[in-house]
Amino acid sequence: MFYRESGDFKTTYTEDSQTFPIKFDRIRYYAVLAVAFGVIPFFINDYWANAVFVPFLIYAIAAIGLNILVGYCGQVSLGTGGFMAVGAYAVYKLMTSFPEVSIVIHVLLAGGITACVGLLFGLPSLRIKGFYLAVATLAAQFFLVWLFNKVPWFYNYSASGQISAPERDIFGIILTGPNTSASAKYLFCALMLLALAWLARNLTRGAMGRRWMAIRDMDIAAEIIGVNPLGAKLSAFAVSSFFIGVSGALFFAVYLGAAEVGESFGIQKSFLVLFMVIIGGLGSIFGSLAGAAFLVLLPVFLKNVLVGMLGWPTDLAAHLELMIVGALIIIFLIAEPHGIAQLWRHTKEKLRLWPFPH
Amino acid sequence: MNMQNPEGYTTADGRQIGGVLMEMKNITLRFGGVNAITGITFDIREGEIRAIIGPNGAGKSSMLNVISGFYVPQEGEVWFRGAKRPPMKPYQVANQGIARTFQNIALFEGMSVLDNIMTGRLTQMKTGLLAQAIWWGRAQAEEIAHREKVEKVIDFLEIQHIRKTPVGRLPYGLKKRVELARALAAEPKLLLLDEPMAGMNVEEKEDMSRFILDVNDEFGTTIALIEHDMGVVMDLSDRVVVMDYGKKIGDGTPDEVRNNQAVIDAYLGVSHD
Amino acid sequence: MSDTFFYAAEVMLNGLMAGVMYSLVALGFVLIFKASGIFNYAQGVLALFAALTLVGLQEGQVPFSHVINAVFGTNLHHFGWTLPSVVAIALTALVMVGMAIVIERYVLKHLVNQEPIILFMATIGLAYFLEGLGDVMWGSDIKKLDVGLPQGISETIETVTYNLFGYGFFIDKLDIVAALVATALVITLTLFSQYTKYGRALRAVADDHQAALSVGISLRFIWVLVWSIAGFVALVAGIMWGSKSGVQFSLSLIALKALPVLMLGGFTSIPGAIVGGLIIGMGEKLFEFAIGPMIGGATENWFAYVLALIFLVFRPQGLFGEKIIERV
Repeated sequence: MFYRESGDFKTTYTEDSQTFPIKFDRIRYYAVLAVAFGVIPFFINDYWANAVFVPFLIYAIAAIGLNILVGYCGQVSLGTGGFMAVGAYAVYKLMTSFPEVSIVIHVLLAGGITACVGLLFGLPSLRIKGFYLAVATLAAQFFLVWLFNKVPWFYNYSASGQISAPERDIFGIILTGPNTSASAKYLFCALMLLALAWLARNLTRGAMGRRWMAIRDMDIAAEIIGVNPLGAKLSAFAVSSFFIGVSGALFFAVYLGAAEVGESFGIQKSFLVLFMVIIGGLGSIFGSLAGAAFLVLLPVFLKNVLVGMLGWPTDLAAHLELMIVGALIIIFLIAEPHGIAQLWRHTKEKLRLWPFPH
Repeated sequence: MNMQNPEGYTTADGRQIGGVLMEMKNITLRFGGVNAITGITFDIREGEIRAIIGPNGAGKSSMLNVISGFYVPQEGEVWFRGAKRPPMKPYQVANQGIARTFQNIALFEGMSVLDNIMTGRLTQMKTGLLAQAIWWGRAQAEEIAHREKVEKVIDFLEIQHIRKTPVGRLPYGLKKRVELARALAAEPKLLLLDEPMAGMNVEEKEDMSRFILDVNDEFGTTIALIEHDMGVVMDLSDRVVVMDYGKKIGDGTPDEVRNNQAVIDAYLGVSHD
Repeated sequence: MSDTFFYAAEVMLNGLMAGVMYSLVALGFVLIFKASGIFNYAQGVLALFAALTLVGLQEGQVPFSHVINAVFGTNLHHFGWTLPSVVAIALTALVMVGMAIVIERYVLKHLVNQEPIILFMATIGLAYFLEGLGDVMWGSDIKKLDVGLPQGISETIETVTYNLFGYGFFIDKLDIVAALVATALVITLTLFSQYTKYGRALRAVADDHQAALSVGISLRFIWVLVWSIAGFVALVAGIMWGSKSGVQFSLSLIALKALPVLMLGGFTSIPGAIVGGLIIGMGEKLFEFAIGPMIGGATENWFAYVLALIFLVFRPQGLFGEKIIERV
């Protein structure tokens, strides 16, 4: 009924290539933004912020980053945890070394530092392809975690080997440290996500995105029609690592407050973000958000049902969660290899015709 | 007609062909111990349609791959626009203005037709990473400028209706056409076509032939093509190189080649006793 | 000769023995990859699952006792019997075959013709599922596995080497057994694939799925067969690792160690898996011995990956892999 493109004529190429070509989609997008920034901040409490919203927002940034590398450029990476650690330790070093500089700049710089590290570990992608590359990125994962564990300079020689975020604010609003309010955490992360998602969308819809996708779909043909494979792959590694670095910085500074590298940024984190990307949909920004939401909500939901309602022990619930996540991955790959984003697209195709399907 | 004239020649149908655009000098390409191409020399002139023919395994595709920089010959020189080409990566060759299609269609299956054709413009899109991330301004203006060029190609090849279709869903004949569109979008100085009509029915072949002639006619694009259908080759091309077992056995106008004894032997077989 | 030299030699020997263990896991990977082109991330978890099942059966644990207890409020844990090792191993092998059938029917069958990377991710999902299943079935506490393999330091070797060099080599008996078992396993598998009907079918499938189908080989049967064999290899690896360091989650992490082994050896080569395992095992022990103390130790965590990474940059197809020729 409402979901129509008939009568909605595009007269310029700008209109034709906009993000939400259908009016109803545009309206809904603005509605979501209005709720996210106009309603939620006033009602959010600590439980909802810490259990649902803040982890969702931060993982969504990481998922978009990984999706650029895996979904758009076709280079599978299992090093996400390691790169998030780079972001976290970079922001920690920056915050403690230059306390007078704004935290926002620190977070962005941490992303930049991670991008450089990502470039370095992306170099072998020129020679190594497919699974070999996936395994090679494990080298980044294990080496980086080991590095942050063994070199005391990174954790300022603290006795526990942990890093903990000092209190920082902008315009008097505390953003990090134990006294941060739920709505401040939420708004900071939400604004970051909004800005980064917009950047990602711009990068993927233009020339850069086409270079990445060409490399993904057929690297040899891409090179012959004029895509420099080194440039395309390295830029994907750099951009992806920037996003992941920012998310790692936020994960440590805003969400956790204190972190130990092996525990917070281990190999499990790499897989978690990869799953978000797969379940959400490879090569889709919306999919990254959907995947992150799904895998953040699933454990909360299971915990509430199994532990809260049925009274089962927590370790059993955790094991069941492993099984369910594993099974879901397989089911998704069988039923819809392109993830939630594709399901959503199909629904929209149907909606477009509804209620007159013929 | 004087084909040795450096200033060019006039074809039978009255088109003016210019000087030498690309020249292959004594090219030899080996894989391990096997010679795929042995000492081949020929040239491609500005504005002409040049065909390379030969039986299966004659080294035609390898030749095209040498031209587009995918294979590096062990011996010989490639001259392009009057200068010797230094060793180059394929993408650098593309940047010089050489575009191509592939024997087994090499489209980007995960992208729409429009995006596929837009990839043809990538060699000319120069906006940096940051400007693209911001989008408003430079990147958007560039995108639209190139979109206009691409739309012209889309109109030219009559594929407006499938603009937004994912390439994976297209039938074979249309895929071939989209691939041609992608190569044309690059506005190449030299267009290489690797068996543009393989696997097509008569009607599709006629369409494709018409497009090839139109491209040559309207944009003045120089075309080098490999094709097995002798009828098509003889009709389309101005000059033909014939290869067999990696060696050149004939070179000339379709009529000359048709009457060349070595070519007849290669195609019909000859008893060596 | 100095003691340091002998100590280094001992470190190297122990590294070689550890390498045998890596090779055992890598072997399972290679088998599945050759026959189906699937990069089976779940191989390590298969080993963990096999070991858990073996211990559970041996000690007569009630499967799913945690769930049953949680749902019905009962307090089950053991049936109260113990099985002899041989019986338990045979039963576990059967379970692994059953698992292969289930995996083929509910996972692989539906993923035929998908891209390799999708299949790879499916096996990651499988790994998660099996890990959860193992924990739910048998509990997640660390278990001791004893199937009667010799334990401890081999005194014979210590005495002999002491008499020869004046330095006694410490070699774990279990490591020696593992080396022998691995050798036997490789010989058996080679004989099987060279001289039996199924082995031939397996190689045919590995070479070309379509062609194999067209001469009447059942792809589904071959897949079940291959996954059963891989399950069996996983069981052997599980027994060896479990006897050495207990059955626990970290067992599945050895799968990750097998990955650099594969990168070195090439995904399709059985000798590659063996040699790669030995190089990595020896390399990481020697590196930790020589360089480790200078840079803070625990280099075993990453050495294998970095070595494989550097190696691959220079030889992308691995030690024994076939040269990759790119075409258009």
